[in-house]
Amino acid sequence: MNAPSSMTGAGRIGKGLLDPGKTISFQFNGRHYSGLQGDTLASALLANDQRLLGRSFKYHRPRGIFSAGAEEPNALLELGRGAYKEPNTRATVTELHEGLEAHSQNHRGPLSFDVMAINDYLSSFLSAGFYYKTFMWPKAFWEKLYEPVIRAAAGLGSLSGEADPDTYDKGFLHTDLLIIGAGPAGLAAALTAGRAGLRVILADDDFLPGGRLNAEQMQVDGMPGSQWAAASYAELLSMPHVRCLLRTSVYGAFDHGIYGALQRCTDHLADKTGRRPRQILWRIYARQTILSAGATERSIAFGNNDRPGIMLAGAVRTYLNRFGVAPGKQVIVFTNNDDGWRTAADLSRAGVAPAAIIDTRSIPEPMHLPGVQVLMGARITTTRGRLALRSVTLQDGQSIPCDCLAVSGGWSPNVHLTCHQRGRPVWREDIAAFVPGTDLPSGMRVIGAAGGSLGLSASLTEGHQAAVELIKHAGRHQTTSPAPVAEQESARITAFWQVPESRGRAWVDLQNDVTTKDIALSFREGFRSVEHLKRYTTLGMATDQGKTSNVLGLAVLAQLGGKRIEDTGTTIFRPPYTPIAIGALAGRSRGKHFRPVRQTPSHRWAMENGGDMVESGLWLRAQWYSQAGETHWRQSVDREVQQTRRTVGICDVTTLGKIDIQGRDAAEFLDRVYANTFSTLAIGKVRYGLMLREDGFVMDDGTTARLGETHFLMTTTTANAVSVFRHLEFCRQCLWPDMDVHLISATEQWAQYAIAGPQSRALLEGVVDAPFDISNDAFPFMACAELTVFNGTPARLFRISFSGEMAYELAVPTRYGHALMEALMEHGKAFDAVAYGLEALGVMRVEKGHAAGNELNGQTTAGNLGLGRMVSTKKDCIGAVLSRRSAMNASDAIQLMGFVPEDKSQTLRAGAHFLLPDAPETTESDLGWMSSVAYSPTLGSHIGLGFIRNGSNRLGERIRAYDPVRGGSIFVQVVSPHFVDPDGERLRG
Amino acid sequence: MLINHPLLGLRDASEFVYLGDASLIDRPDAAADNAAEAFHDYLHLRDNPAGVHRELWYHEQGDRSWLIVTRNTLTHEITDVELARDAALRRPRTAGDAGQ
Amino acid sequence: MRYSALKVIKEGLTGNRGWRPAWRDPEPRTHYDVIIVGGGGHGLATAHYLASVHGITNVAVLEKGWIGSGNIGRNTTIVRSNYLLPGNEPFYELSMKLWENLEQDLNYNAMMSQRGIVNLYHSDAQRDAYARRGNAMLLAGADAQLLDEAGIRELCPFLDYDNARFPIKGGLLQPRAGTARHDAVAWGYARGADSRGVDIIQNCEVTGFTIDNGVCTGVDSTRGRISADKVAVCVAGSSGRVMEMAGMRLPIESHVLQAFVSEGLKPIIPGVVTFGAGHFYISQSDKGGLVFGGDIDGYNSYAQRGNLPTVEDVCEGGMAIMPMIGRARMLRMWGGIMDMSMDGSPFIDKTSVPGLYFNGGWCYGGFKATPASGWCYAHLIATGQPHETAAAYRLDRFMSGAVIDERGAGAQPNLH
Repeated sequence: MNAPSSMTGAGRIGKGLLDPGKTISFQFNGRHYSGLQGDTLASALLANDQRLLGRSFKYHRPRGIFSAGAEEPNALLELGRGAYKEPNTRATVTELHEGLEAHSQNHRGPLSFDVMAINDYLSSFLSAGFYYKTFMWPKAFWEKLYEPVIRAAAGLGSLSGEADPDTYDKGFLHTDLLIIGAGPAGLAAALTAGRAGLRVILADDDFLPGGRLNAEQMQVDGMPGSQWAAASYAELLSMPHVRCLLRTSVYGAFDHGIYGALQRCTDHLADKTGRRPRQILWRIYARQTILSAGATERSIAFGNNDRPGIMLAGAVRTYLNRFGVAPGKQVIVFTNNDDGWRTAADLSRAGVAPAAIIDTRSIPEPMHLPGVQVLMGARITTTRGRLALRSVTLQDGQSIPCDCLAVSGGWSPNVHLTCHQRGRPVWREDIAAFVPGTDLPSGMRVIGAAGGSLGLSASLTEGHQAAVELIKHAGRHQTTSPAPVAEQESARITAFWQVPESRGRAWVDLQNDVTTKDIALSFREGFRSVEHLKRYTTLGMATDQGKTSNVLGLAVLAQLGGKRIEDTGTTIFRPPYTPIAIGALAGRSRGKHFRPVRQTPSHRWAMENGGDMVESGLWLRAQWYSQAGETHWRQSVDREVQQTRRTVGICDVTTLGKIDIQGRDAAEFLDRVYANTFSTLAIGKVRYGLMLREDGFVMDDGTTARLGETHFLMTTTTANAVSVFRHLEFCRQCLWPDMDVHLISATEQWAQYAIAGPQSRALLEGVVDAPFDISNDAFPFMACAELTVFNGTPARLFRISFSGEMAYELAVPTRYGHALMEALMEHGKAFDAVAYGLEALGVMRVEKGHAAGNELNGQTTAGNLGLGRMVSTKKDCIGAVLSRRSAMNASDAIQLMGFVPEDKSQTLRAGAHFLLPDAPETTESDLGWMSSVAYSPTLGSHIGLGFIRNGSNRLGERIRAYDPVRGGSIFVQVVSPHFVDPDGERLRG
Repeated sequence: MLINHPLLGLRDASEFVYLGDASLIDRPDAAADNAAEAFHDYLHLRDNPAGVHRELWYHEQGDRSWLIVTRNTLTHEITDVELARDAALRRPRTAGDAGQ
Repeated sequence: MRYSALKVIKEGLTGNRGWRPAWRDPEPRTHYDVIIVGGGGHGLATAHYLASVHGITNVAVLEKGWIGSGNIGRNTTIVRSNYLLPGNEPFYELSMKLWENLEQDLNYNAMMSQRGIVNLYHSDAQRDAYARRGNAMLLAGADAQLLDEAGIRELCPFLDYDNARFPIKGGLLQPRAGTARHDAVAWGYARGADSRGVDIIQNCEVTGFTIDNGVCTGVDSTRGRISADKVAVCVAGSSGRVMEMAGMRLPIESHVLQAFVSEGLKPIIPGVVTFGAGHFYISQSDKGGLVFGGDIDGYNSYAQRGNLPTVEDVCEGGMAIMPMIGRARMLRMWGGIMDMSMDGSPFIDKTSVPGLYFNGGWCYGGFKATPASGWCYAHLIATGQPHETAAAYRLDRFMSGAVIDERGAGAQPNLH
């Protein structure tokens, strides 16, 4: 093999599965390196002999690459710069690309001389949970000194603090069969299922399909495993009904066969500026699922087992076979199982003769390795080497120099997704591992190493067999192709967890610095449940979620308690399987696109005429219309109010909910859903309606028009349009299904405009087509009609008033909304018409004492609002019974009243609480609160509406409006809530 | 979750709005002597089993049907779905029903 | 054993071999003055205050699993007293004052960290509603500041001020609010109670109540029958199941609330931030993880897990106001079972069975209430009278209509 070692590092001894013709340059901590196409950041750094990559969380121990996959606890780097900076990225799964920039994290000073490493010397005092026992004196020091220091030390990488500049998409996929993991088992299953015509999605988080086949020297169907994987994958790609998702992590199993998956689209590209999203979050709806996620290797606890150069044995094999990298020149293998020997064998074959193989078992040598020192029944007690491994020491004191130690403590099936719902794994002593229990997510089966079948032949057969069963289940023709054939390697293991002779700290959770001593301390202090252990020591809570440490930690705990592992239990595996970007989970729903925008038909008119828009739920509405020369919003609002009260104003009220109600029982239905009576309403008339919830509190209000004997049109408030419709459907379908009544939401079908003011009729007389008569006699207050306007445009006219003026609301089909607004304003020029917005609407309704959203807040009763008499006692309605509860009718209940400042020049503020002038500032003194305020240009002062206990007996009383959050209190006088035209003469005019 | 709508087939649960215990369709008689207590219990003391639960879902982003879904609150498994109106029409008629 | 810096140093020098269990592992006795059913935060706090305030030490806390395994072990750790209604705010402010002295009281550092909470507002109406709330807080002796947009910018410069769908107009700040290390609260109370003689009995599930002539005289458990003068239930998430054994139906539904944590990051978010126009709140733990959450899933559930629509909804809320967290990765999602009551407020009350007490219905807000809940429950059990700040938490309030409905959502648990 001709290795491009000069180009891509001294550690490169072969080409593995890489393309030696494509070198890639990248940076680590500012230095330039080269790697090959197909490298991970980890393999490229290893090839360049870069051993020290980071520092541990607590003790700031030097750390290097530990694994070759998603389980990596040590090699966490910050990628990119500026707003693209991405912290805590595992080098082992980062695909190398041109221009990649990586930095180490969690150290002060250079990586090789981290001043925070002082913690390592203080480790006796920083044992598990030490912080619960100290930092309490003196009390004030916690907030000012101790905690800031702890916080500054915490965390690993850092965010840029800038908005994520990338885009993320979401997609939905439906499939007959989802296969999670494209290793040997998954590929075999996909081939069989795909050939039989099933719709298949095959997902794998690697960028190269094949799983362990790429990391091994094993043969499948007579060819190298990696070649078989490539050929199989190529065949799958050719099948139109099979979708292959590489670089895709299936991160969670949710109810009813729904899986979450994250596909990385541009992270591996040098040029990320294209139109592709950075990542796609897929929601996959799968009838059946095959979990073929493989297994993860774990370590053994011995002294100083965390130094750079100490790696999982399988990872050493992966770097050797897939990446052509020798992780060391003098490699020692330390194992309790036969699989570790296969690493030694592959090293020998690649010309990196292992210095020794140390096996904890006292059995005959599983295989003959010429020239390798074999130590059976031996153990490593400690290691040496500060920034890189230099030697290991055995239980007999023998020291063996080495620069790489390949450790295998056995393999743990990746059962995570089987546990995301309610499954609990079960212990299998013969493989010393947890395997999936029987309570799997519905439709899921587990094959291969994920299910505990650690041999290659078994994985391939199980994959094939699972697909055959599913094909039969789906009623498809069976495939005639046989299962792929391979050898079944030996995976014998004798559980061995920790080296008893080790004196120093032996790491269990590398990233969070949890050692066997911490577990022993936790046990000593009574934290003996596995969940207490996890929470007290932080075992398994790091970014790797304990993928390499959980089982080891459990075993150490079980040994301490003299229990079997199966009786110790496990912590619960939670999604996501690997951490996923929050930005991906949000997708496009950010910034202005966080929620959809609803615009009324005359939105454009408002924008062209100085409309200052404001969010009103999802709607955008004009608060006011600024005119040239107006510098303060109050000028605009005052003008709109005064002009409306003087001539005529026009306001877009399209956002009100509109519900078309028809049927023989429509009138009876309204009697039951409204507190007041509607069956007595004459055709062509409108009535104000008050709607209660079943608990007797006010739900909503609005007007309902009777357009015919069996035809009503209800309006609701903007805020409650959806919930009222839902409620009415509930009443119709669930409570009174016998009724002949039908509902249609007409909110978006009609554009509606209020035309208010003394000149409103005059304006409308020129708008409404003949022969419709809207004179006061023919069309009095609370009349309604279906008619036409502007030469034949269908319309509905309601003579209702929210402003207190003579007023109408005119509705036209939505498509005419914009034209109507333009025409009304054009036509209104003769009457000095003005467009008014939400603020002016609010001012005029406060002047009239009408309740609105601030008063109808779900906490108030009809009695509170002064509308108690509207709740008919003659009939049942929703809420009638419970509205009679004692506390809701107490004699000192709050009532809606008006308020004016004692000093008329003062400003009122909503949210102020009412206290008697000399009452103490306590909750007990609280009499109520100001709910709405406005500056009334009509009265020339601020006015307010509010709720105050026993309000009707307080007319004229002097009350303190307590508002310390906005600068203090003022004194107000309690008045009637009807400030303008209390007798309603104007609206009937 | 997926809800097998009796008219529309499997739909994602996010199209629906949840209300709760299906006994909310059995509104008490307001004219009865014990109406106050009956309404209190009806509205506030709902079934809350750890296991099979009959519950109301509303297909708000769909056909606006109210459904009664039988679902296990421990496993989230759904075993039955029907139109709430059908269930409501099956129950004994009370004085509150139309036409009486 | 008293904890101190000196003790930590001494033990560190001697191999940490002198530490003793934080609480004993006793066999249950046949009789107690008080049995507390449920070894969660509230139950352990109740035991602690029964012993330390009322001198009642012949107490057992019965826990079916491991202590702290319920919602005290799976919440987002926020401590605040920013409630609106007079039935609530004095109670939560009592809780806040107890939090402020918790470490000294318990000799256990639960890492109460008063970095403040800000509830953002996005409209004039929301501003006024928060003003009403802030004023109510001040009336109850709490702290509150209403900030305008400039004030929020100074506090949280990383929010999206320029491109937000719902522009940030300001916020209600409670500076004394913050977070605490949730597990440590349970452990601290357990240790405090244990040191005063309370028996904490784990792996002991109550299977029934002994009710003689209408009076509760004890419980049946997986470790035998245990008699007691008073039995106090405190099993949030399982309230309905447990009280059913006493023949009671509760105004409570069980719902799942999900919570999320990111990978560890260097400090970037100062306090707790709550989005007023979406379902999202966030803080950063002392270990560096962003801890965040949003709305409940919305359907009855006893499974401690939720589904994707809520996960995505929460992250959308986060990205809508704080787009810098896009490249932070979610590390873990989990769910807890909430007792959602019919008005969103809890219960601390006697029941219709003499000798049987009930504490529950905390919705998603039980963690912050832990000290006051224990304090007031202990007061009720010891004196027979409700504590003045918890007098509104009656089980019969839906009969009278004296509901405590902060959101104005009515008798609809999943809207609170």
